Amino acid sequence: MADTALFDYACRLGDDSLILGQRLSEWCGHAPMLEVDLSLANVGLDLIGQATHFLKLAGEAEGKGRDEDKLAFHRDVLDFKNCLLVEQPNGDFAQTIARQFLFSNWQELLLRELCKSTNATVAAVAQKAVKEVAYHARLANEWMVRLGDGTAESRDRLVNGLDWMWRFSDELFEADAAIEPLIASGVACDARKLRPEWDVRIARVLKDATLERPKARRATVGGRKGHHSEHLGHLLTEMQFLQRAYPDAKW
Amino acid sequence: MVAAAHTTSSFKDRVLEILSHVPDPEIPCVSVIDLGIVRDVRDDAVVITPTYTGCPATLAIEADIRTALDKAGLSALKIETALTPPWSTDWISAEGREKLRAYGIAPPLRTAPQCPRCGSAHTEELSRFGSTPCKSLHRCLDCREPFDRFKCH
Repeated sequence: MADTALFDYACRLGDDSLILGQRLSEWCGHAPMLEVDLSLANVGLDLIGQATHFLKLAGEAEGKGRDEDKLAFHRDVLDFKNCLLVEQPNGDFAQTIARQFLFSNWQELLLRELCKSTNATVAAVAQKAVKEVAYHARLANEWMVRLGDGTAESRDRLVNGLDWMWRFSDELFEADAAIEPLIASGVACDARKLRPEWDVRIARVLKDATLERPKARRATVGGRKGHHSEHLGHLLTEMQFLQRAYPDAKW
Repeated sequence: MVAAAHTTSSFKDRVLEILSHVPDPEIPCVSVIDLGIVRDVRDDAVVITPTYTGCPATLAIEADIRTALDKAGLSALKIETALTPPWSTDWISAEGREKLRAYGIAPPLRTAPQCPRCGSAHTEELSRFGSTPCKSLHRCLDCREPFDRFKCH
């Protein structure tokens, strides 16, 4: 029997990881130095690995025979459930780090809670991934400090990047009617409860980076309902091109 | 019961022996047994577990195990994947750790890594992300050689 709530939730988890993984892969061969190139590619690989597991689960919950590849490569933009933060363009290196900083610190807290999920697959994937995401958060936190407390230019770029990404952070802590039943049954995490600890983590890094917390502004939301920015469509045209042009191609 | 008779320790030992010759595609000095990728051998299936969530070698490892089983006439054995308990570097055998060290990769330890060439513990981390998801990049401050370390995970 189809479990539409679980399908929706697993898509949210999987799409966050998939889209950010794809974004990070755009840095491959272009990062400021070799170590950073390797780091961003590795983070992207981890995220795509998570996405594979979560979208496989989504396909099973849906029960229509769609596997993780079908869901990744043959869904249209309105069917993607990722948060708006992860689809934001890379911009410069500082903007990429700002996005990773906000996301990985949130994702680490989320996965830590999901280790206790009553859904065995969600818990198993979270237990593996949470250790990897701790690395992502450390990488981003360290670069926040190096860039923020670095040169005038690195600081300016980071302030601008963070200012852009900040408006998408409130969406991370939303919970809506679609997943309330899953929160009640212990499958999903109530993301609203992650906010206080996230705020503390963010504040600590910003202090080390000698940066101000960006001013609160009206949150930009909608990704969980499929209301995306124009950027996601462009990302998908590139990511899905091969499977759209040559359906089910294998190599 | 025919099936029960099939899962004798000698059958299991035979399969494990076959799999001990299947190398990791990224770090060929160690086998899938050394790394703790093979969780169980049953009469109908080999149970494996992925190491890193995003390790691109996962599919290659499964294909290599399939090939090895087929070559040994064990095409009927399925390959199953188990996610729990999650793999960690604690699953790498003592023999596997020694093979890594001999190959020039510092094995995972909870303490500071030792240079696999000169044994010095006087080392520094160059990059937390190395050439594969499972490794980080270090340098020995005594013999000055750079080396990979299997991340403690």
